[in-house]
Amino acid sequence: MLQTDALKKRALKAREKKAALGEDIELEEFEKEEPGEHEELETLEELPEKYKKDVLNVGVEPTGTGRSGTFLQIDQSGVCTNCQSESIELMNMKDALKKHDWLNDYMWKAVAVDTDKYTAETALRESGGYFIRSLPNSKEIFPIQACMFIGGADVAQTVHNIIIADENSELHIITGCTTGSDIQRALHVGVSEFYLKKGAKITFTMVHNWAEQVEVRPRTGVILGDDTTYISNYILTSPVRTIQTYPTAYCQGENSRAVFQSILSGKKDSVLDTGSRTILTGRNSSTEMVTRAVSNDESQIYTRGHLSGQSQEVKGHLECMGLVLSDDSMIYSVPELEGSATNLELSHEAAVGKIAEEEVQYLMSRGLTEDEAASMIVRGFLSMDITGLPPELAAETKKMLDLSLQGM
Amino acid sequence: MLLEITDLAVEVDEKEILSDIDLYIDEGETHVLLGPNGSGKSTLFMSILGFPKYNITRGEIIFKGEDITHLGTTERVKMGIGVSFQNPPAIRGVKLMDLLKIEHHEDVKEELSLEMTEQASKLKFDERFLERDVNLGFSGGEVKRSEILQLLAQKPDFIMFDEPDSGVDIENVELLAEEINTLLDKDKKPGLRKNSGLLITHLGYILNFVTADTAHVLMDGRIACSGNPDEILEDVRKEGFKGCVECCKLMH
Repeated sequence: MLQTDALKKRALKAREKKAALGEDIELEEFEKEEPGEHEELETLEELPEKYKKDVLNVGVEPTGTGRSGTFLQIDQSGVCTNCQSESIELMNMKDALKKHDWLNDYMWKAVAVDTDKYTAETALRESGGYFIRSLPNSKEIFPIQACMFIGGADVAQTVHNIIIADENSELHIITGCTTGSDIQRALHVGVSEFYLKKGAKITFTMVHNWAEQVEVRPRTGVILGDDTTYISNYILTSPVRTIQTYPTAYCQGENSRAVFQSILSGKKDSVLDTGSRTILTGRNSSTEMVTRAVSNDESQIYTRGHLSGQSQEVKGHLECMGLVLSDDSMIYSVPELEGSATNLELSHEAAVGKIAEEEVQYLMSRGLTEDEAASMIVRGFLSMDITGLPPELAAETKKMLDLSLQGM
Repeated sequence: MLLEITDLAVEVDEKEILSDIDLYIDEGETHVLLGPNGSGKSTLFMSILGFPKYNITRGEIIFKGEDITHLGTTERVKMGIGVSFQNPPAIRGVKLMDLLKIEHHEDVKEELSLEMTEQASKLKFDERFLERDVNLGFSGGEVKRSEILQLLAQKPDFIMFDEPDSGVDIENVELLAEEINTLLDKDKKPGLRKNSGLLITHLGYILNFVTADTAHVLMDGRIACSGNPDEILEDVRKEGFKGCVECCKLMH
């Protein structure tokens, strides 16, 4: 889905370009399904029972209760798009591009098409994905739920999403990405471009629950205008083959604010390479990044953070706390602060360590076994309060987090 | 006999802290452990609890007729040993509410039972407080009340209290004492009491509200004196711990 020859040229050139981080993946090893392979659904209740359970596990409600709309993509096909809210537009990308000419101006503006072979592939193929827009001055407290589902073995799923919050609007999205329980290996590439107009707010809460041999390469860019707030929450507590992602927020507007909160639990031989980056150029713009990471088994977790202050009166704080729970696992915390203007404030704190013995013994003296005590402490450590959500959504997110932590 | 400690010696980091400890506590009895800082009072508690750092090099601990000298902490607690800590650690993300449910054998997913909610409000905790992370940012008094509340949930047969009144204002000491008395069956006639206790107290203030049957003075890792709590406390107040121990030597 490419709009101009110039873009196409750049994409073609980047076709073999390895990503800056993460293990290189041979795209040819995966099946490229065409869109339209799966039947369209009116609602998620028409999903086969076994899939319903899979999507529920990542916080997607098949009944649609408490949601303002639902989007579901299976492999390469957008199969369900329904929206009850009058203040939100929700469509397949393909339909949206037909309807809105101006949408072309938003394609590949927050994420460069030639970032790497994954973005190039997404651009050159007919990719799925959604378009979500909250209308000016609207506030929908119920979230849109989006689900990226992989149901076929060895599938390469590519997704290109555009999310626009118009002036003074508030938009909440929860998204669950998962694989059918019978799937082993697959590839997911998700390009998401967020645009926040003056005074807008977006919260984006994402739960990942992939199969053990799935490779995941999300590519995310967020452009923030004046007086905007973007809050991203990311939860991953199940095994995966590799994930590499490094979303970037561009705080261009005055008083814009970007918040990234991540909860990571590495399992088995997963390699999680996740980071977030904020470029602070708008006056009085700010960013906060908080990560809680726990490494089990033979997992490797890289948590990166990059704060780049490029103008005066900007503020940023980065916090990463990690617990290493197995000798064969690893947490590698890479905080980067870059200040290139006077009168700015950037800070970070990071700590990687073990469970405090004193805490384990305290719980044991209340009758818990050593294992029960340790797992209670780890769950407590990970169940950080996710801030910035309206009360209804905070409760829902807490539920999603508890669900993820239950399986631990 | 509920608890029989015979000839106990304990090392911490290869240094002997306790030796020649003999302590016998019968069903329904409350004993007090006095002694200067660093005399080994808390070490004795942790050894009875079975914390791994406390290495028992000699002697034995028998509880309810079973040798628990080398048993793990969890098993000991399941047999009915409970403790209130002086300075318990804060645990981020672990709610006091959830801990109470586990201690009271309730389903964590269900609401807290009426029984425990009432106990909590007796100790001046409302539901919002119970939602807080355990010991995180608690005041001195809140820590003590939370420890006692957790014991009320656990219902142990033998309870060790480590300085339950330190850092607590007078009004709350009485409140705590009342619940400690409940835990120790003090509301029952002496012959009918089942639960037993061992209390560490520095100032002895709590003894104005909780009656004890026997007092022990711990000095340099040994029990230097045992006897009537009132007499011993009186002695300690007049002569200090050293003087009290001298006096004890003369008596025996």
